[in-house]
Amino acid sequence: MPSQPSEHEVRVLSRRFGLPNSASIDTYLANDGYRALEKALKEMTPDSILEELKVSNLRGRGGAGFPTGMKWSFVPRQSPKPKYIVCNADESEPGTCKDRLLMEYDPHQLIEGILIAGIVVGSHQGYIYVRGEYRYLIDILDRALEEAYARGYLGKNILGSGFDFDLYTHTGAGAYECGEESALLESLEGKRGIPRIRPPFPAVAGLYASPTVLNNVETFSSVPPIIVNGGKWYAELGTPRNGGTRLFVLSGHVKRPGVYELPMGTPLRKLIYDVGGGIIGDKKLKAVIPGGSSTPVLTADAIDTPLDFDSVAKAGSMLGSGAVIVMHEDTCIVRAALRIMQFYAHESCGWCIPCREGTNWLKKTLTRFHSGGGREEDIGLIEDLAKNMLGRTFCPLGDAAAMPTIAFVQKFRNEFEMHLAGQPCPFEKHGQLVGA
Amino acid sequence: MATVYIDGNRHDADAKQNMLHVSLSLGYDLPFFCWHPAMGSIGACRQCAVKQFKDEKDTKGRLVMACLTPALEDTRISIADQEAQEFRAAIIEGLMLHHPHDCPVCDEGGECHLQDMTYLTGHAYRRYRFQKRTYRNQFLGPFVNHEMNRCIQCYRCVRFYRGYAGEHDLNSFSIHHTVYFGRHEDGILESEFSGNLAEVCPTGVFTDRTLGQHYTRKWDQTYAPSICHSCGVGCNISPGQRDGIVRRILNRYNHEVNGYFICDRGRFSYEYVNSPERIRAPLVRRGDEREVIEKDEAVKIFAEMLGSGEDVIGIGSPRASLEANFALRALVGADRFFSGFSTGEQRLIELMLSIMQTVHVPSLREVEACDAVLILGEDVTNVAARMALALRQSARREPQKKALAARVPLWDDLGVRQVTGDAIGPVFIAFPCATRLDDVAEATYRGRPDQIAQFGYAVAAAIHSGAPPANTDASAQALVKRIAEALRTAERPLVVSGATLRNEAIIGAAANIVYALEREGRSAGLAFTMPEANTCGLGLMRARALEEALESRVQYGTVVILENDLYRRATAAIVDEFLARAGNVVVLDQVNTRTAARANLVLPVASFAESAGTLVNFESRAQRFFPVLPPSDVQESWRWITDVATRRGEFGSWNSLDDVTAAVEQEMPIFRGITAAAPPSSYRIAGEKIPRQPHRYSGRTATLVNISIHEPPPPDDPDSPLAYSMEGYTYKAPASALPFLWAPGWNSARALLKFQEEINGPLRGGPVGIRLIRGDRRGAPEFFSGAPEPVNAPERRWLAVPIYHLFGSDELTHWAPAISSLAPQPYVAVNERAGFRDGAPVAFQSDGATQTAVIKIRSEIPDGVAAVPAGLRETETLRLPAWISIEAI
Repeated sequence: MPSQPSEHEVRVLSRRFGLPNSASIDTYLANDGYRALEKALKEMTPDSILEELKVSNLRGRGGAGFPTGMKWSFVPRQSPKPKYIVCNADESEPGTCKDRLLMEYDPHQLIEGILIAGIVVGSHQGYIYVRGEYRYLIDILDRALEEAYARGYLGKNILGSGFDFDLYTHTGAGAYECGEESALLESLEGKRGIPRIRPPFPAVAGLYASPTVLNNVETFSSVPPIIVNGGKWYAELGTPRNGGTRLFVLSGHVKRPGVYELPMGTPLRKLIYDVGGGIIGDKKLKAVIPGGSSTPVLTADAIDTPLDFDSVAKAGSMLGSGAVIVMHEDTCIVRAALRIMQFYAHESCGWCIPCREGTNWLKKTLTRFHSGGGREEDIGLIEDLAKNMLGRTFCPLGDAAAMPTIAFVQKFRNEFEMHLAGQPCPFEKHGQLVGA
Repeated sequence: MATVYIDGNRHDADAKQNMLHVSLSLGYDLPFFCWHPAMGSIGACRQCAVKQFKDEKDTKGRLVMACLTPALEDTRISIADQEAQEFRAAIIEGLMLHHPHDCPVCDEGGECHLQDMTYLTGHAYRRYRFQKRTYRNQFLGPFVNHEMNRCIQCYRCVRFYRGYAGEHDLNSFSIHHTVYFGRHEDGILESEFSGNLAEVCPTGVFTDRTLGQHYTRKWDQTYAPSICHSCGVGCNISPGQRDGIVRRILNRYNHEVNGYFICDRGRFSYEYVNSPERIRAPLVRRGDEREVIEKDEAVKIFAEMLGSGEDVIGIGSPRASLEANFALRALVGADRFFSGFSTGEQRLIELMLSIMQTVHVPSLREVEACDAVLILGEDVTNVAARMALALRQSARREPQKKALAARVPLWDDLGVRQVTGDAIGPVFIAFPCATRLDDVAEATYRGRPDQIAQFGYAVAAAIHSGAPPANTDASAQALVKRIAEALRTAERPLVVSGATLRNEAIIGAAANIVYALEREGRSAGLAFTMPEANTCGLGLMRARALEEALESRVQYGTVVILENDLYRRATAAIVDEFLARAGNVVVLDQVNTRTAARANLVLPVASFAESAGTLVNFESRAQRFFPVLPPSDVQESWRWITDVATRRGEFGSWNSLDDVTAAVEQEMPIFRGITAAAPPSSYRIAGEKIPRQPHRYSGRTATLVNISIHEPPPPDDPDSPLAYSMEGYTYKAPASALPFLWAPGWNSARALLKFQEEINGPLRGGPVGIRLIRGDRRGAPEFFSGAPEPVNAPERRWLAVPIYHLFGSDELTHWAPAISSLAPQPYVAVNERAGFRDGAPVAFQSDGATQTAVIKIRSEIPDGVAAVPAGLRETETLRLPAWISIEAI
């Protein structure tokens, strides 16, 4: 079930969540479904759609925040090869579960967004690459695809427009790395999930060496409302350079964890205390990870940071996937760093040396450090190993492991020092990190 | 050209290259792992990190990977930068977390790229305080040993094995710090190039399993520059020995021929040299017994057998050197010298050689650059494996043009593969059955040899209307047009053919295609495979055909057979009759062949490892090989012949190889220039010969101390500019006389980069080999007239065609245990419509003799064709192609 709606939400993408049979095409059609597609096919041109997207200031929701309209405009209009639309539904960043809801409760919105991308770039084939652990979503998506084919929203001559589009689902095998767009393409081609080099970019040589548009589930799902209501309307929902709303995933030590759709730029304080109902046990806030486990931790004094790409960057972190993980005063920061490093050490694809060896070494060091076996020089080692990855690995996974680690050491050095007494963790009782 | 700056020094650089390539070419020591000069950059290891600066004002710079940084105008990098140095040392520290530090017991120790790079980065102390990761190793067959614990996950092995050599049974498995390189299960590696893994791997994961059976450190081996004797490609090799045992073969770089890689037959063929089946002393037949005799006595008997010399004939050998063949020819006289080619082969070889005068024959480097290829009637992998590896690269040329168009430089291996995907260029193969190159063929044509000839003629006619027409079946017409179009529009079209199918019309058709392209104004290459090490050289000697001697019914007094098992050249009935007819049979050979067993006198002949001489490869490149083993009781054929001639008072002025080579050159104009193929024995550097032993060679004063405390002088070697010594200089040695590679700080095979003029360029120190045929009679040669009409297969008869096996068909490697263990059992391959069950025992009739084999069903073989393996050990030689009947037994 989706979380209980909050009165602070501005529900654009999530407005059908909670409706009876929200995943069915009938519910979708009864609630403005496929109106954007009809408008795009009958009233708009690829250029005017692109223009609306640019006006909307929609930025990619996968984590990097690249302007979507610009990305789509990079695909060459003329291509001797087929063009592909690929939806990145390999949502696996710890703390993040928004795409899951978009697929579970409103799959047709996603399909419609993908179709519009197909219209814009002249593609006739698309894939939804679903995280391996989301196997149950495949059934929901496949049912939705079946319905869309049956009602003529997919397949040949869609809505009599002459536009053809086929869409398929494909599951990953459980590797976080395959959420990185180029590794995803490798995996989708049936190869080992390791990242590719850029250039060439996917817009030029993506899936099967063909021009490819690759976006996150939430990004595609944001497109239909923009087409229906206009780019300007969407842009005004957010802050000047960060258009629209965003699904924030609130987890950790809050009273009401959940996925909430809020305008870009909503202050962190509002999210935690108004939307999330405050901290469990009304304890003191210690730290917040603002954009998924790969983003640097913020201390409690950053509580008034507006949650948009630029403001969070200014505060020294990243908005990333919009997964906000809240930690209260009883949390052991070393343990949090360890938990995160366990994940990255497990998910390092093994392609480049600094990440492959660095994450594993960090995991082992943090494990021993947390259990009381650390030495003073280990603190420097942890920071050093993390810095050795930062910006120096083949793909951003090394950065994802390095950034939170460096921030933990730099901002909570005292907690690391507290573990040097040769005793097990000084935080007797660890709070549970819900959802992390 | 671009101006680049490295550590403040200004250099001219090739703008099409990356900064690692440029830095190494300029002589900078920049460490690397995943980059390989033949395979480009992938950016995985991060070992070649350098600091890059935007302009001369930029002092901060940023860390980049040199292998991924194009050498564009005004590129500024620093190798010496402190941060870059620290990062490179940190990479090594990361690798040392799990590397077992078992150097003392590792076969790679002392020639390990990882050791070299560790020293180079200065990493010495690691801060890791945990246990090391361990793996389970696999059995990978007789050639390659697997020790995964040493792996540093540079991905070179799979990139070579899959990306370069095109085989699929080695892969990377698992993720994070447990990435594993191996097969899906234990088993023999399927690639014919698996031995290269030992050189491609930067440490001791993949090592030479045959070396491991008689292991000796790199620095303790004696090396010589040599030429592989296993086929006609002429790969340059560097065999290593100690205590009289050949230990292994290393690739010896020749940028025109084998480059960085050799095939497994070449690498592991050396084992026969150590075989107990070798003939080590002269043998004379007295009654039913063979007696070992002294060398002097053998020469005396040999001289007596020659008598007045009038009824003596000599039979040469395509696996013996020019000098050996020439010496025999001089001994018996040109009109009594027979070539020793198989029945029917000589005509084809002479035809190929005459065509080579009129076309451009590409070197393998040029083959790799060709962008459209037709292989007409040849199974290149099994006959000339290294050429097949080159053709595999040709298949990538056309797709690579797309990468260049997308502004992806060719050194960017990942980028190129992203743009090209799995695309292959226009490579076409016409052969009766599937070949190992079919996976890079755009299309294949299957037919009987006569149909393949017709097909080739049709391609020529489709390219140029003046070429004689041919009758191909309608179904092949579309393919004919496609091939003609591909060849005509290519920048560098190539036709490959050979004598395997024993069909003259196929060779004529291959020539016609090239002639047709030339008339259309296209410059095309034509490469013929040559089955044996000196097929081309012996062919150029223009000796009489062996059949003439075998079938002449003349009563010869003495037959001198040079390094040749006649039972492999003609059917047993013919050879039996011939040998019985001869008064005396003198055999000079290395191993105890069936022919040697019938001889009255057997003289032990030096193998490639014990002798010097000149071979001529498929492109007519004359190359010299030198002995790695010191003189012993076995000696070169030409020396035996010189000894007997001297005794008889003939050509007594031959004292060394140089004299024989000079005589060849003087006597036969076609061989002009061969003396320049390598420096003469008088060559010296600073007054010294070139040492065969590295300067760290150990035990010089100790190994013989149990016999005498006085250190013996190094053995004399009058035939080469090389010494059996560690004294002297290799660094400035001529490329053709370079025995091993070592440079300060570079102990591994990667020391090569210190000997190249630039990365992938020629070796410093002159050309390697002399091209004898330069294709100067080009112009507009007459077309060969049309192919004979196809024949109709008689009822329940099959046309038997010979199929070569890289492991099994070569004679001398029968005595090499690792290779011979992979040879197939005798079989007859037909399609399922022949009405036999797979594995069924059958007998087939050919030349009146009955042979047994098992049926192998291969559905791609055309109706009426039976593929029969050629040259397997202990099988009877057939005169192929022949119509045979097959009966179940």
